[in-house]
Amino acid sequence: MTAAKEKQQQERNQEWRTELRKAVPNKDRLAIERVKMNEVEPHERNKSQNIEVNRGLTPEQAQREASRCMDCANPTCIEGCPVSIDIPRFIKYIERGQFLNAAATLKEFSALPAVCGRVCPQEKQCEIKCFYTQKMKKAPVAIGYLERFAADYERESGKIQIPDVAPGNGIKVAAIGSGPASLSFAGDMIKFGYEVTVFEALHEIGGVLKYGIPEFRLPNAIVDVELENLKNMGVRFEKNFVVGRTATFDDLKELGYECFFIGSGAGLPNFMNIPGENLNGVMSSNEYLTRVNLMAANQEDSDTPVLRGKKVAVIGGGNTAMDAVRTAIRLGAEKAMLIYRRSREEMPARVEEVKHAEEEGVEFHNLANPIEYLANAEGRVAKVRLQRMQLGEPDASGRRRPVPIEGAIDEMDIDIAIVAIGVSPNPLIPACLPGLKMTRWHTIEVNEETMQTSIPEFFAGGDIVRGGATVILAMGDGRRAAASMHKYLTDKHAGKENK
Amino acid sequence: MNKIVEKKQLSENVFKFVVEAPMIARSRKPGNFVILRVGSKGERIPLTIVNSDLEKGTITLIVQNVGLSSGKLCQLNQGEEITDLVGPLGKATHIHKVGTILALGGGVGIAPLYPIVEAFKKAGNRVITVLAARNRELLILEEEMRQWSDEVIVMTDDGSYGRKGLVTEGAEEVIKREKVDECVAIGPAIMMKFCALLTKKYNIPTQVSLNTIMVDGTGMCGACRVTVNGETKFTCVDGPEFNAHQIDFDEMLKRLQAYKREEDQARTGKK
Repeated sequence: MTAAKEKQQQERNQEWRTELRKAVPNKDRLAIERVKMNEVEPHERNKSQNIEVNRGLTPEQAQREASRCMDCANPTCIEGCPVSIDIPRFIKYIERGQFLNAAATLKEFSALPAVCGRVCPQEKQCEIKCFYTQKMKKAPVAIGYLERFAADYERESGKIQIPDVAPGNGIKVAAIGSGPASLSFAGDMIKFGYEVTVFEALHEIGGVLKYGIPEFRLPNAIVDVELENLKNMGVRFEKNFVVGRTATFDDLKELGYECFFIGSGAGLPNFMNIPGENLNGVMSSNEYLTRVNLMAANQEDSDTPVLRGKKVAVIGGGNTAMDAVRTAIRLGAEKAMLIYRRSREEMPARVEEVKHAEEEGVEFHNLANPIEYLANAEGRVAKVRLQRMQLGEPDASGRRRPVPIEGAIDEMDIDIAIVAIGVSPNPLIPACLPGLKMTRWHTIEVNEETMQTSIPEFFAGGDIVRGGATVILAMGDGRRAAASMHKYLTDKHAGKENK
Repeated sequence: MNKIVEKKQLSENVFKFVVEAPMIARSRKPGNFVILRVGSKGERIPLTIVNSDLEKGTITLIVQNVGLSSGKLCQLNQGEEITDLVGPLGKATHIHKVGTILALGGGVGIAPLYPIVEAFKKAGNRVITVLAARNRELLILEEEMRQWSDEVIVMTDDGSYGRKGLVTEGAEEVIKREKVDECVAIGPAIMMKFCALLTKKYNIPTQVSLNTIMVDGTGMCGACRVTVNGETKFTCVDGPEFNAHQIDFDEMLKRLQAYKREEDQARTGKK
């Protein structure tokens, strides 16, 4: 049994947990319906970028939902969590009404619980592994909603707890980029006792949490509280700093940094390379969302402009496409259209996001693929030519491949097109490290267990390794990298002492 | 951080700022740019680094007041701080010894041309510089350019100083007079387009530095897309300098207008 499992069992065997299990018969637990998230009405929320759609659970709702959890002897939900949160423990604390203990439990494993409770695809991770899903064919315990509840409760209570940090060992390490991978890495390394500095190229800390995910899904203020926690634990942040440019890795080594974690993300937006894509009015989702989320271009007092279209087409079917099309509605689009080459079943976006988009009035144009953008007399985009598609045989991803229907081409009037078809790894950092082994997809090659790169003192994780994934997978990488860097540095320093 | 240690007005709308930025001063190379922001609601704007002083740990920026954001920067005074400043960004100019360099600068584009002229001269080239401005008052950095040029030809639209005419006229005269190995042209997009057409006629390899719209400046947004040799490139990470003969200038000129309506509204306070 691993140390982590042993700890889980010890916790589970505590008297209060045993008593709590006995307090309610399992058949009564099973009979409770899964809680529904409280949401702001679609017609109200789709008018403002700054109204968070999900309102969270009340304490009563949370305790009732928590009591559905069976506190299984072999909790499979934990296996589905990339950062291995002791899920039953925090849920049982909620059932017992000890919400601050629930929050403290989350923080043992995750640097960003309030963020993960909002943006993790729990339905594909912990919740799909829940006993209810696996064995009972029922709706799983709402683990994500409960995580959010505990984190929000702690923040709103004003009794924010700072996790224990080991005494400082004086060893300096750096994280490059300040998105979820680096923040998770930094949170663990500071707990181990390292001096941790996170370097960020932009003027705001948080990476994709700030420039990518919109306010209506993840308010920046929530991210800022989690960042404040890391600062209080001792993590240092350097913004407006492009490692490799502002200072080289050698410069940082001279300043005493011994190891580096590269979490610089998948910054480079993909385009389709079709005619007319460089017309005015056609842009990447990164550009559109950065203008609104990072630069607050939707607000009166911001100096940054953003195009406000009446007929907005967003190309893609992922979470970023949903974020962009829902942002367009909030910025006053009369028609916000999602153009996706497969059908709704194959959409990579979270079910919840698709549902929210639909409720807010997004038009879905599935099985359609842009082949050209056409300009008006001023040279701005005015139409998109669409190739209609049908589904063929499954491809490598297991999804049915979209194939063009011969001759089925039509045009649609638009005034803005937002391309959200994925991102590629940002080449800035790898370009500064000539010895670094890359894959043919331009991601950094790592040992999957240790996240160590071909240069021993360099570790990497998140989208620069995965090429475009989720917040929580990036955080899992950060945690694994921290654990193995800790081991690497411990061995290195023990070796020195023995010499 | 980013304290303005010197401010000087160079012409009616053009200001020079010397800014404390020791790390950027140390790492910057000719052709690199910075992105800066004035105020917590400020826009991110790219500016080429004109010069740096290693001892003082400063960089020099030259900015023309053309809109809301450049206007806010121009209002800052000595002793004040620039809210955010990051760099150096973009690829550095490829500086090598080729023989004779023809450097063409127009308007405020003379500023980013300056470090390139200096570097080419230091690399042992003969440098002939043609500077162009609408009139005498708007001509900047003439003395500094003379320091690193074997010859400086000044052209003004109205003939108020130097010779009357466009930069291309001065350039063509040089090309007809002697062998030019390479050309570098920086200025308004329309000027660079015509410089490119001219040097293409004479088959002279030419670099230009593009001033496209940018947001992050690190390859993330793609606002700075430009077509080079039929392929889409990002000015911020693939450039800002490109082979002038391969650039689709007409597309670039249009793209510079992408936010014109929004910018006009911002200027008049109606966002």
